[in-house]
Amino acid sequence: MEKFTTLTATAAPFPQRNVDTDTIIRIERCTGTPKAELGKYAFEMARYLPGGAENPEFVLNQPRYRGAQILVCGEFFGTGSSREMAVWALAGMGIRCLIAPSFGQIFQGNCFQNGVLPITLPPASVAALMRQASAPGAGSFTVDLERQAVNGDIRFEIGARRKQMLLEGLDEIDLTLALEPKIAAFQDADRTRRPWIYGCTRS
Amino acid sequence: MAGRTLFDKVWDEHVIEDLGDGVQLLHVDRHLLNELSGHRGQLEIAKRGLAMRNPELSIGTLDHVVSTAPGRRGGPAPWADRMIEIFRAESRRAGVAVHDFGDDGQGIVHVIGPELGFTLPGVLLVCGDSHTCTHGALGALAWGIGTSELTHVLATQTLVQQKPRTMRVRFDGAVPRGVGAKDMILALIGKIGTAGGMGYAVEYAGEAIRALDLEGRMTVCNLSIELGAKIGMIAPDAKTFEYAKGRRYAPEGPQWNQALAHWQTLPSDADARFDAEHTLDCATLAPQITWGTSPEDVIGVDAIVPDAKPEALAYMGLAPGRPIAGTKVDRVFIGSCTNARLSDLRAAARIVRGRRVAAHVKAWVVPGSTRVKREAQAEGLDEVFRAAGFEWREPGCSMCVGANGDLVAPLERCVSTSNRNFVGRQGPQARTHLASPASAAAAAIAGEIADVRSF
Repeated sequence: MEKFTTLTATAAPFPQRNVDTDTIIRIERCTGTPKAELGKYAFEMARYLPGGAENPEFVLNQPRYRGAQILVCGEFFGTGSSREMAVWALAGMGIRCLIAPSFGQIFQGNCFQNGVLPITLPPASVAALMRQASAPGAGSFTVDLERQAVNGDIRFEIGARRKQMLLEGLDEIDLTLALEPKIAAFQDADRTRRPWIYGCTRS
Repeated sequence: MAGRTLFDKVWDEHVIEDLGDGVQLLHVDRHLLNELSGHRGQLEIAKRGLAMRNPELSIGTLDHVVSTAPGRRGGPAPWADRMIEIFRAESRRAGVAVHDFGDDGQGIVHVIGPELGFTLPGVLLVCGDSHTCTHGALGALAWGIGTSELTHVLATQTLVQQKPRTMRVRFDGAVPRGVGAKDMILALIGKIGTAGGMGYAVEYAGEAIRALDLEGRMTVCNLSIELGAKIGMIAPDAKTFEYAKGRRYAPEGPQWNQALAHWQTLPSDADARFDAEHTLDCATLAPQITWGTSPEDVIGVDAIVPDAKPEALAYMGLAPGRPIAGTKVDRVFIGSCTNARLSDLRAAARIVRGRRVAAHVKAWVVPGSTRVKREAQAEGLDEVFRAAGFEWREPGCSMCVGANGDLVAPLERCVSTSNRNFVGRQGPQARTHLASPASAAAAAIAGEIADVRSF
């Protein structure tokens, strides 16, 4: 997984509430599109006009927000489907950090699996950052994961384990494989305690 | 010591290792695989040079990308056939039983899991699909996962999770005629919002929940994710045990007795405390229908369209201040993991019997599984639907998500028994109204959104 340490980048305002993962990436793009190509389909219904030309009104098509790597989002961003392609599509268009009052829970977990940092802040802080990102001549935002701070003085909370995994780019499967003896011991004891769990599909 | 909740009891007995900071390594008892999310995880572990750790704790089926056209033999297009082939081949290689075409167990993952007795009280079950919360209806701890976590489960039979807080929702009173499980849960989402359950594992309780059969309970738990909660559960009771008994993968003999004794200890203790509580009075509930582009945009079918969310109203082509009933519809879809079980089809057929679908409406029934289809046909329900002008199709996810190309055309209005009315969910510019199977049937007959209580 790609590490996340500090990020200084353009932040784009994305104030819509309840942005669902169907909106972030359409189902047709989840069935066969290679991961590396998903970026161009992120937000496709809003981002392109019928016929395929860019919609100039879509925020990430505006010259000042092109190449934004931070999205300041409305409440409950990433609600809905578990499709991890939503995170792959965002990452594919360069987004590395999302700031919102709240996130869809499965989506939020998927972000952490892909080196994308979802930051939860109180609504008032997000609103202030939204105004800042929208202001004419807004400069870059800086996100410092080690210090858990946005733009120097806005502190955010993150679990210690998730923080370490992002900072070091650790792979969760590798970490769990190292716990194999514990998994084996759990199953051994559990086979006595709950025998009906095991071997049910063997005919 | 304070009493423990159903959720706490099931969670705690799956903890392999405490990783600190509220994060725990949990054992996965049951993993359901479908061709769409499953094949990607299978390819991913192959790329890593890993094998599936416990193939015997998984089963697979085909649901998302299969054609649902009568007489179908595969996907709707070559790309789908290729995906199905990869899924079959990788499953065979790993030793996972796949419930394929022609097998009673082929169907929507969240329909077949309980039907096969693969889903049981107290199991920790996951699947690469957000509606995995459905399985909580049996007292299972179940939630949906993305590709990375799915790959983690294939490789390790575990998941690393942060323990959520607990919420209890009590549904009080008895539901009136014409109102059912779908209306109960939609009304709750309307009341507390799509973020109302965020960060919680929700337990549904109360008189109206106890009165539901298991299929109705599955409908309630299915929409937990639309409440913002990954997990929804209902305490197992005599109805649950009766439902599970004798099913294909359910325990038998002495193991059944041992399991039953264990399951009876699972319901929340009387003095268990929840981090949040809500109640909903069901006695005055009307049939529910959504008007906007989020499941929280919901009203009684006898109410007027609210003056709110102008973008949603514009997308839906609705004017505020007018009754929602009488809105002309083009499509009706009865199907999905929310509402495609036998009891759902019976409820719809009761409305349809002896009537005709309005001439301008194209109406579909897509049974949730091959078993549901077979049992419905044995009762003659297919004939009831066909005689009225419905299309009777093959089992799959179909028009709920459109992964197989079953779509509503742009600007068409569809009353759907599915779970999401998001912008573009059933197709670009498609307008979705979520409702119960009975309400959807009423809309098909009337040709417009209609109050099923007048049928």
